[in-house]
Amino acid sequence: MQRLDYLKETPSQTAGPYVHIGLTPNKLGNAGIYPQDLGESPIGPGALGDHITITGTVQDGAGMILRDALIESWQADAAGIYPGNDPRGPADPAVTGWARIIADFDSGEWTLRTVKPGRVPYPDGRLMAPHVALWIVARGINLGLQTRIYFEDEDNDSCPVLARIEPRERLRTLIARRTGPGAYRFDIRLQGADETVFFDM
Amino acid sequence: MTQGPAADRGPLFFRDRDWHPPAYTPGYKTSMTRAPFRPLVAMGSTLSEETGPAFGQSMIGRLDNNLILNFTGQPAIGERIIMHGRVLDETGRGVPGVLVEIWQANAGGRYRHRKDGYAAPLDPNFGGCGRTLTAQDGSYEFLTVRPGAYPWPNRVNDWRPMHIHVSVFGSGFAQRLITQMYFEADPLIARCPIVNTIGTAKAIESLVAPLDMNRAIPMDCLAYKFDIVLRGRRQSVFENRPEGM
Ligand SMILES: [Fe+2]
Repeated sequence: MQRLDYLKETPSQTAGPYVHIGLTPNKLGNAGIYPQDLGESPIGPGALGDHITITGTVQDGAGMILRDALIESWQADAAGIYPGNDPRGPADPAVTGWARIIADFDSGEWTLRTVKPGRVPYPDGRLMAPHVALWIVARGINLGLQTRIYFEDEDNDSCPVLARIEPRERLRTLIARRTGPGAYRFDIRLQGADETVFFDM
Repeated sequence: MTQGPAADRGPLFFRDRDWHPPAYTPGYKTSMTRAPFRPLVAMGSTLSEETGPAFGQSMIGRLDNNLILNFTGQPAIGERIIMHGRVLDETGRGVPGVLVEIWQANAGGRYRHRKDGYAAPLDPNFGGCGRTLTAQDGSYEFLTVRPGAYPWPNRVNDWRPMHIHVSVFGSGFAQRLITQMYFEADPLIARCPIVNTIGTAKAIESLVAPLDMNRAIPMDCLAYKFDIVLRGRRQSVFENRPEGM
């Protein structure tokens, strides 16, 4: 028999407590290496769409808010096109789609200022509800966690990804609560009651 | 002639979760409260996972991959090494133009971080981070110093083996990966609870960089080789998807 000659994906290791040295040195206070940290904002001046702010925390199973979490976000533009390698592109040139967000060293709160993404098709052509993809790493997390932010003021009922969530009551862990005009709250719980839905996609 | 699917498109190979460390690993105590207990919601990738951020050469400074010089311009102290390798995907294809970022302790095992209070001193000329983009064949290279081992609070006398933290992007957001590179023959590897979150010896070995004398520069530096493998993509003209996806 022939051999399947696929390689194995490199196994993950935790980002550890010092991830900021590598990924956000300026925010840590280690200025002088890079002129600025990458992923400061997923949008540039003139980005089209509704400008929104999402704020939240990452909480562990003991109820502690993480001060060392790092989150990356990835999203489509307001028309639902991803920047870069979306075969349906091009996207709004003022949208890069990607941000690197850190929990505040004192409060643990994180903030994402962006535009609300449009609907993006699922592989079968049905539309997914507007969402921002997240990837979360920190000390104690062995493999980056995938989740999504959906929005309470959007039609989430027909989203083919959300339709897969069981039990249904867990769905609310993926939905950002509207707290004011253009303002949303999205708290992530790594473990325990109200544990956020994480994906393997 | 018809063109095959573009290399940066297509559904991602499923992740082998038995090869990666599980989330809950009591030997590494912090994981016990940070591991999700509910099953992951598993499904095939969508455009949200298959697309991803792109980085250009204009974002990278001339000394960004030279950790010996990139903090003050004066050389850092320590054993000079080249860390090099290729970023590949599971099909063995080199992945060009992807961002590789590294961070590490200095030669004494001390990090330039507000939360590190280890007795080893900071090196005034070592910042501890670097970044580069892979070349057309997926290759990358850093010049740095070999990091020292350091103690950490877990069990009473746990020490991290010498290691360099590595962050890498693919062309799809769900190829995103952070890992750590270890050094050949370090006796602390086998004792490390973080290394041992990984379940199999074979997977652990894939994180250990061999000494590479072919890339060492005489009278200047040693070299270690570290290849990084990202999730592959299923590429078939028979892929059952609507046009343009
Ligand atoms: Fe480390």
